[in-house]
Amino acid sequence: MITIVDYGLGNIRAFCNVYERLNIKTRTARIPSDLKNSEKIIIPGIGAFDYAMMRLNASGMKEELNEQVLNNKVPVMGICVGMQILAERSEEGVMPGLGWINGSVKKLIRKNDSMKTGQDNEDLVGLDEKISLPHMGWNDVVPVEVNSLFREMEMPRFYFLHSYYFAPNSRALIIAYTNYCGDFASAVREGNIFGVQFHPEKSHSYGVQLLKNFALL
Amino acid sequence: MLRPRIIPCLLVHNNGLVKTKQFKEPKYVGDPINAVKIFNEKEVDELIVIDIDASIRKKEPDYRLIENLAVECRMPFCYGGGIKTIEQAKRIFSLGVEKIAVSSAAVENPRFITEMADKVGNQSVVVVIDTKKKTINGTYELYTYNGTKANGIDPFSFVVEMQKAGVGEIVINSIDHDGMMDGFDLDLLFKIRHLVTVPLTVMGGAGKLDDLGAAIAQHGIIGVAAGSLFVFKGKFKAVLINYPTRKEKECFFFKNNFLKENSIDNLDRQ
Repeated sequence: MITIVDYGLGNIRAFCNVYERLNIKTRTARIPSDLKNSEKIIIPGIGAFDYAMMRLNASGMKEELNEQVLNNKVPVMGICVGMQILAERSEEGVMPGLGWINGSVKKLIRKNDSMKTGQDNEDLVGLDEKISLPHMGWNDVVPVEVNSLFREMEMPRFYFLHSYYFAPNSRALIIAYTNYCGDFASAVREGNIFGVQFHPEKSHSYGVQLLKNFALL
Repeated sequence: MLRPRIIPCLLVHNNGLVKTKQFKEPKYVGDPINAVKIFNEKEVDELIVIDIDASIRKKEPDYRLIENLAVECRMPFCYGGGIKTIEQAKRIFSLGVEKIAVSSAAVENPRFITEMADKVGNQSVVVVIDTKKKTINGTYELYTYNGTKANGIDPFSFVVEMQKAGVGEIVINSIDHDGMMDGFDLDLLFKIRHLVTVPLTVMGGAGKLDDLGAAIAQHGIIGVAAGSLFVFKGKFKAVLINYPTRKEKECFFFKNNFLKENSIDNLDRQ
């Protein structure tokens, strides 16, 4: 049974539809008690960091999520901004994130932009000055090694729609890279906590396989 | 490697799917939900659906239709038509739409773009620019309300204004080529391309895969959107939802010099 957190953001229905076709049961959590006895949790998301944290705080579910994830070690996966809110903070906003994984969310920058501001960003390998932002479309996701989330996938690619990315303090937590404005973490994992920057619920067969892999962990 | 996006664009009129010619003579081609189901099976990159009645008739977006489409749609879904307020936008996002496209509202109130981008993130805010070429001097003019209202606005300076306002994607549409299946207005695309730093999608006139290829060959990572191409098939334009297979796409990217230098085999993997 996959519990999908409904805090007003992201495409809950899309997740439910994928799991329904896989014959995997889902339930939607709107209040704290809905989260009790979760086997696995998905935090969907799309949009801005502060708005996401505001909605999560307003939902009243943050404390119970902390309990389930940090104490009960329930596997959880954050999607897109749902991954970004795993961080401590974001350059996009002012609100604190969940802080479940140490690190912060940074803006994707074209190399020539950073040269203009004199900003030195070690995450940036950077190249083409014609790169458009936000990062929008289907891009390759390269798993660091064979890992449980990306099982049974050849040359996976997923749909991305974002302008910011999560930079965990420890690079060891990065389980997949994608190249855009340099290599950035398209998936992270710390123990029971997963995050993916792309939208598996909208990535056709690759997304279906990833969501299935998460369910079968 | 980020790939060019190949995007079917569906027009809804009186709850049915239609195709137009130069924004006129809407011809019924089928049920929008069925079309989405077929596009799901074909694993299309993303989908645009525009309600061409909404802004002219000054009516609220058809939330039930949007919800039904969003529930069905397994790829990223962009909806446009008649959206003027943040409340409407928020409600539409809550139905499961990834991006919202605005046209008239962006012209009448550019601050609306900034408001939406602040609330939902700029990645979900699309401005569609419908253009016509002026026969007199070959310059372009922006139109709103489904091609019925001339604004005396130059689309090129409007694009710059929209980017300053915080838009996340620009769709540049040629009214002259709409439904004519005679190729994109590559001249318009070329002129606007260097002004645009956000993702750009070109629309209007694609009649064969090679038309998409021509835009990609010229501009690399770009969105190419089409209505007629994916809804009609054959010389007699029979209604048949179609879309290139993954293999056809890869061949076609390669043919148009997209994958040659950027082949996935050359990807620098960590």
